[in-house]
Amino acid sequence: MSLLSYIILTPFIGAAMLVLIPEKQTTFIKLVSALFAFIGLALSFYLFLNYDKSLGGMQFVENIPWIKAFAINYKLGADGLSVSMALLTGIIWFAGVLVTWNLQERVKEFFIYMLILVGGVFGVFLSLDLLVLFIFLEIAVIPKFILIHIWGSGKKEYSAMKYTLYLLAGSAFSLIALILIYIHSSTLDVTQLALITYSVPFQKFIFFLLLIGFGVIVPLWPLHRWTPDGHSSAPTAISMLLAGVIMKLGGYALIRVGIGVFPAGAAFWAPLIAVIAVVNCIYIALVAMVQKDLKYVVANSSISHMGYVLIGIAAMNTISLTGAASQMFAHGIMAALFFALVGAIYNKTHTRMLADFGGLAFQMPRAATLFLITGLASLGLPGFFNFVAEFLIFAGAFKVYPVLTTVTILAVVITAIYVLRVVQQMFFGPRNPKWDSLTDLKGIELVPLVFLAVILLWFGLVPSSITNLINQGIDPIVAQIGGAL
Amino acid sequence: MVIEQFGWLIPVFPLVAFLLIVGVTYRFKLLSAIVATFFAGLSLALSVLIMVQKVINPVTTEKFINWLSISTPTQTLLNIQLGYLMDPLAAVMSFIVTLVATLVLLYSIGYMKGDEGFSRYFAYISLFTFSMLGLVISNNYFQTFFFWELVGLCSYLLIGFWFFKPEAADASKKAFITNRWADFGFLVGIIGLFTVFGTFNFGQLATQIPQYQNALILLGLGLLVFLGPVGKSAQFPFHVWLPDAMEGPTPISALIHAATMVAAGIYLVARGYALFYSVENVMQVIAYVGGFTALFAATIALVQKDIKRILAFSTLSQLGYMMMALGVGSMTSGMFHLTTHAFFKALLFLGAGSIIHAVHNQDIFKMGGLAKKMPISSWTFVIGSLALCGIFPLAGFWSKDEILTVTLQHHFVGLFVLGTLVAFLTAFYMFRLIFIALFGQKRSDHHAHESPWTMTLPLIILAVFSIFAGLVNTPWFYQWTGFSFSTLVYFHEPEIPVIHWSIAGLSTVAALLGIFTAWMIYARRLISADMLATKMSFLHRVLSNKYYIDELYAWLFKYVMLGLGKVLDFVDHVVIDGLFDGTAGAIRATGVRLRLFQTGRLQQYALLIFVAVAILVLWGVR
Repeated sequence: MSLLSYIILTPFIGAAMLVLIPEKQTTFIKLVSALFAFIGLALSFYLFLNYDKSLGGMQFVENIPWIKAFAINYKLGADGLSVSMALLTGIIWFAGVLVTWNLQERVKEFFIYMLILVGGVFGVFLSLDLLVLFIFLEIAVIPKFILIHIWGSGKKEYSAMKYTLYLLAGSAFSLIALILIYIHSSTLDVTQLALITYSVPFQKFIFFLLLIGFGVIVPLWPLHRWTPDGHSSAPTAISMLLAGVIMKLGGYALIRVGIGVFPAGAAFWAPLIAVIAVVNCIYIALVAMVQKDLKYVVANSSISHMGYVLIGIAAMNTISLTGAASQMFAHGIMAALFFALVGAIYNKTHTRMLADFGGLAFQMPRAATLFLITGLASLGLPGFFNFVAEFLIFAGAFKVYPVLTTVTILAVVITAIYVLRVVQQMFFGPRNPKWDSLTDLKGIELVPLVFLAVILLWFGLVPSSITNLINQGIDPIVAQIGGAL
Repeated sequence: MVIEQFGWLIPVFPLVAFLLIVGVTYRFKLLSAIVATFFAGLSLALSVLIMVQKVINPVTTEKFINWLSISTPTQTLLNIQLGYLMDPLAAVMSFIVTLVATLVLLYSIGYMKGDEGFSRYFAYISLFTFSMLGLVISNNYFQTFFFWELVGLCSYLLIGFWFFKPEAADASKKAFITNRWADFGFLVGIIGLFTVFGTFNFGQLATQIPQYQNALILLGLGLLVFLGPVGKSAQFPFHVWLPDAMEGPTPISALIHAATMVAAGIYLVARGYALFYSVENVMQVIAYVGGFTALFAATIALVQKDIKRILAFSTLSQLGYMMMALGVGSMTSGMFHLTTHAFFKALLFLGAGSIIHAVHNQDIFKMGGLAKKMPISSWTFVIGSLALCGIFPLAGFWSKDEILTVTLQHHFVGLFVLGTLVAFLTAFYMFRLIFIALFGQKRSDHHAHESPWTMTLPLIILAVFSIFAGLVNTPWFYQWTGFSFSTLVYFHEPEIPVIHWSIAGLSTVAALLGIFTAWMIYARRLISADMLATKMSFLHRVLSNKYYIDELYAWLFKYVMLGLGKVLDFVDHVVIDGLFDGTAGAIRATGVRLRLFQTGRLQQYALLIFVAVAILVLWGVR
């Protein structure tokens, strides 16, 4: 077994361990969860450090025949793209466990489902066989339904069902594509599939199916409506995982399978993706601006930011795709940080309605500072990795779609407007005595928040420590495009 | 030469101060102030040394490290440098920034005494200074944009320093967002430059741009990049944030208006002059935007009552002058006015701060008679005003004369007339302020007293600069020392300073006329100000309301942007959700109907089977 298998197995083993622990022992359950999350983080960080940049390409490859009759293999491998996504998953998993430290309700089941979900996410990022990838994708999607349904808030039943239906409907499209690919090529090995030459009409059709299937996850307008409700109903850690990694599965799969295997199909649909990206960015940013519930602002902001990823994908060149993958990483961390903060503040104020807030900077200066930092990262302030990612996307996409990219950049302004409005409404203004009983964030509450913020700053100031890696993962995919056009 | 190799330390010192304050001295207020002032002083000392060296040997030093690059296995596609470019332009700018910052920090020790956020304040200023200096020594557009945004952030933090005041919170947000709109253009422009030329580096662009043939693209890029300075230097129509920015502590206004914020826009136009200079139309746009802003803001300043607001509109107007100078084709005169203006505008704002500190009021009609109570603050304020009005031989005289001269030399007759008119208006509104606030009777029950030395010392130093700084660009100074501002900071060709007595005389007459008119109305009261206001009540109302531009923007935001947001939110909730929930509902409803067939009752199934068989049999028989 290779490192990658260990990474994927860690959460599943953790889940199995938790099954054995009596459910009353909540502290022990949390400690075990944290331990496994830490192991997962350490392993993904180890992978990040040990990926040999001088060699590039797929490393740590593991290929075990699974269903021999159908040539289906349990095949894993990691390139720069997967390594960075795996690191992202490890980081958010770990932070997610820490923010859930005060959970009281059905602790054992919560962590079991969470671990299964994380295992699925690792599996998607690290597998090289489409069937295995698809199965892991479903493993990542399903526990979410239960997690929102049981531990959620507000109209959680509706949200959980909405989320599940959207994503399963998307899966249906991917599954059709998968079957057609298999019928055509008799293999589902991504590296082998990439070597085959497909007819252009076939590519167009398959890419379209994948665009819908994976696009729902991104989410692609107008298939995005599961996101705001899903986020706002989900418990904090689950919102973090949802915005932090689940949404990235779609972007990852579109790059890896969509562009990597069907470049001509991608090129055909790219202009449509670019247009939708603009809609994602601008339209949703405007929607975010008029939300009254804090979590809806952040949720819509996530959709808007994923629009940048989409235009990066649509431009299909090295700079824009490196930017898109960087943005998935940066946004993953930032969105997780945002949701973690919103959750931490909600735990104190018991409200998420913006109109209820005001003057909170007096009682919670640390929360205010962290919130402002996160907001600044979100609006693309230099110094945070989000800025680098967005800049690369714009610089790459401008060559291909100058007008659409220019319009997309307007979203940076709108983001600033809604972020600063929220900051002002929540924290500024005269001292409000009704918050006087609140204590500021401290101790373990601060750990995941500072951890995530430091990561954004680190990669924002020393971006090459991760962009070089992503760049290397993107290279062969772009070479593929060059061959196809 | 050795010292120049360490010029990159100029921005590093304030950064160290920021980190020290945040990490170590936050709880020890006075120590935070000392750390901030000390490190800013180090930067100032280093800047002075480097500037002296640039005077002796005006060469350009450039160093960089590769910060980020994207490549394929065979070629580099994008390369971003973290660079250090030190030429006379950067040296002069570093000197201005560090001098004003150091004096403002020193001054703030007294001014901010007792404020709860004392350490936070000094941390922000250090970060502000760092950001501005990082921009000044930048060798490429990317880095400039990077620090440009940080400058914007710091202004946001400092304008909104008293975040509990709703006006301050509003003003800080307004400043950031207005600048963001402008930076949108700047960012697109930089990316466009990269797309066309493949580099962000100023030097490489300066060699490539003149050879580039497509004038239309250059025009577009020039205008887009210029949008950045329009925002940062608060030119029309992005000027709305600057007057509101006075909601921050007054020393911050001095910093913003003189050295660390609005100056960035002018500096960028000078730094990227190769781009703007290459397209005549862009230069014209710059010139007319500047000229219009100069006049526009000066007219508003005529009727304002808040001392800081008058100074703020004065800054707008003077920035317009600088833009105009750059636009007509003289980088030297734009930068020269930036330099002299930095001294006297910092002086005026710090003086205003000293006055506000003493009378606890910003309305000039509630001051009066201050010259006796606080002589240092008042008389340095008068010196600053005279310099601003361009009275011989103070600093503003030389720089304003220079601007008017080049405007005429480049055949912008309209702008020349406009500039002379602005000189009249400037003198009028400044001396209106002076006669009302500093002289005459006490207009309210204030107990003004002179400020402590940490506040008056910076005033005196700045007053000295306001008097003498202009001399560095005079023929006499050139004959005496062999150098002048215009032989140091220039585009293409150095110029030897000359004085055009006719133009200087004309602008001096305009300024004296302004002072005289103000004296007639506000000191001697030969003409009643109230009568003028009622006679021209429409004009007075329009000017008092700043041409209603803030109202227009507020309306656009509320009804266009928020309105659009609400419409789209409706589309999301009703149309799209309706479609998908409807689909799910329809499937569910179908299921509910179909379920009726599956009752689980065997008799019913048997009946159905019987009916079906019967139909088939009957059909077969037929």
